[in-house]
Amino acid sequence: MTDPLLQVRNLKRYYPIRKGVIARTVGHVRAVDDVSFDVYPGETLGIVGESGCGKSTTGRAVVRLEAPTAGSVVYDGTDIAGLSTAKMRRLRTELQMVFQDPYSSLNPQIRIGELLAEPLIAHKRLDRTAAHAKAAEMLETVGLPKLYLNRYPHELSGGQRQRVGIARALMLEPKLIVCDEPVSALDVSIQAQVLNLLKDLQGEFGLTYVFISHGLGAIKYISDRIVVMYLGKVMETATTAEIFAQPKHPYTEILLDAYPEPDPRLRDRQRIIVEGDVPSPANPPKGCVFHTRCPYTKDICRTESPPLADGVACHFPLEAAGR
Amino acid sequence: MIAYLIRRLLIGIPVLLGVTVINFFIINLAPGSPADLFLSPTATPEDVARTEAELGLNKPIFVQYVNWLTQLLHGNLGVSFQNREPVTQLIGDRIGPTLLLMGTSLVVAYLVAIPIGIIAARRRNTVVDYGVVGASFLGISVPHFFLGLAMIYVFALTLGWFPTGGMLTLGRGGGFADRLSHLVLPVVVLATAIAANMVRYVRSSMIDAFGQDYIRTAKAKGLGTSVITNKHALRNALIPVVTVIGVDLSALIGGAIVTEQIFQWPGIGLLTIQSIGARDYAVLMGINLIAAVAVFAANLLTDIAYAVVDPRVAYA
Repeated sequence: MTDPLLQVRNLKRYYPIRKGVIARTVGHVRAVDDVSFDVYPGETLGIVGESGCGKSTTGRAVVRLEAPTAGSVVYDGTDIAGLSTAKMRRLRTELQMVFQDPYSSLNPQIRIGELLAEPLIAHKRLDRTAAHAKAAEMLETVGLPKLYLNRYPHELSGGQRQRVGIARALMLEPKLIVCDEPVSALDVSIQAQVLNLLKDLQGEFGLTYVFISHGLGAIKYISDRIVVMYLGKVMETATTAEIFAQPKHPYTEILLDAYPEPDPRLRDRQRIIVEGDVPSPANPPKGCVFHTRCPYTKDICRTESPPLADGVACHFPLEAAGR
Repeated sequence: MIAYLIRRLLIGIPVLLGVTVINFFIINLAPGSPADLFLSPTATPEDVARTEAELGLNKPIFVQYVNWLTQLLHGNLGVSFQNREPVTQLIGDRIGPTLLLMGTSLVVAYLVAIPIGIIAARRRNTVVDYGVVGASFLGISVPHFFLGLAMIYVFALTLGWFPTGGMLTLGRGGGFADRLSHLVLPVVVLATAIAANMVRYVRSSMIDAFGQDYIRTAKAKGLGTSVITNKHALRNALIPVVTVIGVDLSALIGGAIVTEQIFQWPGIGLLTIQSIGARDYAVLMGINLIAAVAVFAANLLTDIAYAVVDPRVAYA
């Protein structure tokens, strides 16, 4: 197998909780707590999990929009976690991000053409005229007419804006794109279009994706491999086929079970009901973080945190025949 | 846009009419008669009555108002009680210096406040930021008259750098440098209050802009800090700032009255104080009307500016 394009090792991102007049740090929100995974060239790695599990923070740390508290993010042989701002700026040409909210992530004061051409000019790749010509080309690549160059973001619909967001990320011809819930803010009918566009572009430009979503449908459709996160930790990682055929972690099983079944004849099956809420990442449970809600909890789960071994972080991984 | 402007201008008519009604009655509520003031103390009650009749002050107040309004519709603001000069001419002579003073102050205030506000926002919660916020608090709090007198004492009397007042040195023609040196102190006084207020708007507006998602996008593009600040953040931050200009202009008119008095600046403000002292109703009504029109125009201009700076705003 080829070397991974991106190696994330023991990534941590803690946010201090400050209180009082002198803003004393009284604790930390452990948004991402010891996360490791690899991304290989040309593949799509899906990161799935519910709200607040740290998947977006992980994505932002991968492109250094967020400085990691600890751990390393090795991109193409360089650890970008500790890279200087100037060096990081140069690397930004290779690492790009598509943001979740196409409404707030495009500057309302700047025309689409300028938004797209700007990074090329800033990195001195092309002069203004050539950059705008490339912007026009890129708009057509993502399926928008050239005349949108002179439009402002508010004149476009959500789906169109997300296409602009994708075009923007592609302008610098990056190798790796982190897609942070790129379809979550869009109508279902538009979601499929944008997912197909992402797939087509991956083939056309040889892109590698880290695709973050809470929607299993989108993840299953686009990912080659999947990382399942819960409360800042990786629960399970495997190929898409493996995860959907045979989940090993109880959390993955529950997540898949909660996914709506399109076949009406299968809707009456017994569902696994999860009790309780997600614990606070400021005060995660001891032992396995999932033990408070896991239907199979045993004593050891309450005291010892299971390491990620063989693609699953569980003391008692599920087996093919069930338990 | 044209239809919107016409509608706004039509709304202005009743607004301005209301302002004149209120002003007229408030002025006339003051006890005593203007005639008392400019007749000699030995004048007989018959003299007073004759003068009042000449000025039309013996008629009922409603009639007086209607007369004033009728004259106004003919483009006539009346005649000053004091020196029998037409009010339009009095105001016309004074409005130039006032516009010069206010305009310069506004430009200076913005030129100072916008960069300082940006710096404070970029260095939020540092000593620099606290210093700026503290200084702006001081600038907002200090009254015009105090700052003006302090300036005169320090820079005119003690250091002798600038003249104590007036617009030009009498008998020396008043070249550009001379006028400029007369302009410095009153402009500093007026600009201080405006800038102190504006710094806060710019600062909080920039802080808000820096927190927006599109700034994160700009960072992801690998743009430099100056492009992110001056292009991406500032363009958005200036939208709320523009709307404050209209409010500033009304504050400026109030400030100009006091400042002109302190520096003996021969503008509308000085004329106002003199006319209040002399109970010169005709002049006061004229000034009030001009001020009301100015504030109205400023607000209209603000709304138009809003549409210019924000592509999302369109008036229909």
